[in-house]
Amino acid sequence: MLKVSNLECVRGERSLFKDVNFSLEAGELLQVNGPNGSGKTSLLRMLCGLARPAHGEIRWLGDNIRSLDEDYYNSITYLGHLNGVKDNLNAIENLRISSALAGNGIDESTAYASLQKMGLIGREILPVKVLSQGQRRRVTLARLLVSDTVLWILDEPLVALDTSAVLLVKGILEQHLEKGGMVVMTTHQDINIAAIETKRLQLN
Amino acid sequence: MFLWVIQRDLLLAMRQRSDVLTTLFFFIIVVSLFPLGVGPEINMLRSMAPGVVWVAALLASMLSLERMFSSDYLDGTLEQMMLSPQPLILLVLGKALAHWMVTGVPLVLISPILGFQFDLQTDALLVLAVSLLLGTPVLSLIGAIGAALTLGLRGGGVLVSLLVLPLYIPVLIFGAGAVEAVSAGLGASAHLSLLGAFLLLSLVLAPWATAAALRISTE
Amino acid sequence: MAINWFKYSSPASFYSLAGKLIPIFSIVALILFVVGLYISFFVAPTDFQQSEAYRIIFIHVPAAWMSMFLYLIMAGWAAIGLAFNTRLSSMIATAIAPTGAMFTFLALWTGALWGKPMWGAWWVWDARLTSELILFFLYIGFMALQAAIDDPRRADKAGAVLALVGVVNIPIIYFSVKWWNTLHQGATVSLTESPKMASIMLTGMLIMSIACWMYSIAMVLIRTRTIILERERHTVWVSELHKETT
Repeated sequence: MLKVSNLECVRGERSLFKDVNFSLEAGELLQVNGPNGSGKTSLLRMLCGLARPAHGEIRWLGDNIRSLDEDYYNSITYLGHLNGVKDNLNAIENLRISSALAGNGIDESTAYASLQKMGLIGREILPVKVLSQGQRRRVTLARLLVSDTVLWILDEPLVALDTSAVLLVKGILEQHLEKGGMVVMTTHQDINIAAIETKRLQLN
Repeated sequence: MFLWVIQRDLLLAMRQRSDVLTTLFFFIIVVSLFPLGVGPEINMLRSMAPGVVWVAALLASMLSLERMFSSDYLDGTLEQMMLSPQPLILLVLGKALAHWMVTGVPLVLISPILGFQFDLQTDALLVLAVSLLLGTPVLSLIGAIGAALTLGLRGGGVLVSLLVLPLYIPVLIFGAGAVEAVSAGLGASAHLSLLGAFLLLSLVLAPWATAAALRISTE
Repeated sequence: MAINWFKYSSPASFYSLAGKLIPIFSIVALILFVVGLYISFFVAPTDFQQSEAYRIIFIHVPAAWMSMFLYLIMAGWAAIGLAFNTRLSSMIATAIAPTGAMFTFLALWTGALWGKPMWGAWWVWDARLTSELILFFLYIGFMALQAAIDDPRRADKAGAVLALVGVVNIPIIYFSVKWWNTLHQGATVSLTESPKMASIMLTGMLIMSIACWMYSIAMVLIRTRTIILERERHTVWVSELHKETT
């Protein structure tokens, strides 16, 4: 479904990576590994169409994502290394607004339920700025629970999370893959996520 | 969806009321400084009033431009907006309108009171408010282009004024001109219809340019 | 005898082509300037109303023309660069900006010098002078934006958007300013009515204009070459070039 061919990323005058090829089918997981500065984030931003590759192309269901544009965004969820939450809004408001922006609005009780699953109850009406890093990350990840997209592109989703939260996220990802979803993620943590096939891409 | 963006930005502005008030008081202070600078001679003040109020409105609207996209850019919510299945143009339009509601509308409402400081007549006060009502959304729409182009650059705030102020000139000329025309006993309808035309034109073109600029700046 | 234009759209071949063209344009510009200035100062008769002071129009009018043409050309190249993602077009746009700003400044400066004897003041808020000043601001904005952006590709594209927004605005600004102040001299040269000037004056002015064109082309080529070298300094052809010259 997702097919990447001959991708090249140029930062300034330096080529970060070139000739990156892979494809991803339903239920498959792609783990992108590589040291800092190897272009993992750049690759993920290209996959979701935020950055333009210097060479090569990314095809979704056979069409270049450049030509799909907004249709493609209906099929993906991207969580970057920035949390994408507003400090002055509380967790429920953040979750409802980001879901609405992603094209599937949810009501307050659904938002409450997902935050409950993420272990944030009791803090759902506090402005996010008073929460800890890990708790903010949980607010961000709660989006995955209400998302109805096929392809998840996750940049270091496990950073700042404690052990129980890591297990929680692992569970969410496994469930998504089991339902035929796809995940592209980067992580420095050593976790084993069950998938039909786990592919690895090494950048250096 | 489009309403979600407006609602979100208004909610954020409510949580951070000081930002709104800062812009409003900046406007009031700048307008009040002019009589102190040029002297209290009432005829001169009356003839200066439209220009002074309009220049202050330009500066006040510009002051808050930098924030339009930069806070969303820094916390990652801008990325999420750009990945929304909704057209980016609509989101940009929503943000510009929210910016106008937060910075433009208060200026429109307070302007008649400031007009009293300059001894403007009732009909002139009314036209001043109407001209600001038509003109300030244009400022937010054009300003959005500048804010998007300078996103994440050092010295973005000063740079944005350099880019945007020359483009504000037609609005200034016809906004202040409308009030002058009324004070001189001529009708303001020609000026106001031109301001209306600018508004329509910028509603159509500015979000398009802003969306292009945002794509360039976040790439 | 078809010329393969696409060959010259690559920076490397453009670099060598520009290197050959620069001397030609520079020499033509120099000759035309000498001829034009000779006509302006020694051949053209003294004006009835404006006496000798009018002679500044031989530089003022071409400079004002150039300032407007160059903005349009700059925006055109920038737009091509944005639409077709061609690096060279964007580089040319960047190279045009300083020359355009220089001519705008020259037009303002000579306008002020002309204004003193004509209107009795260095600066009057005449519609054309004001529009020219705003055009100057637009050039400065373009250059400041490009200077503030480190990534050259982003600078190219952001500059292009700004230049295009400027092009849409220029007629509106011009019309607004004209409406705002109708105190200005009637058009001295216009395509619709027959010129009111002596034909020798017109000849002088046209020669000066062509000289300005040639000068601009030469300057833009020189600056484009510099930009190409700066941006392509890590490529093979530049390092080979470097080896040849040292």
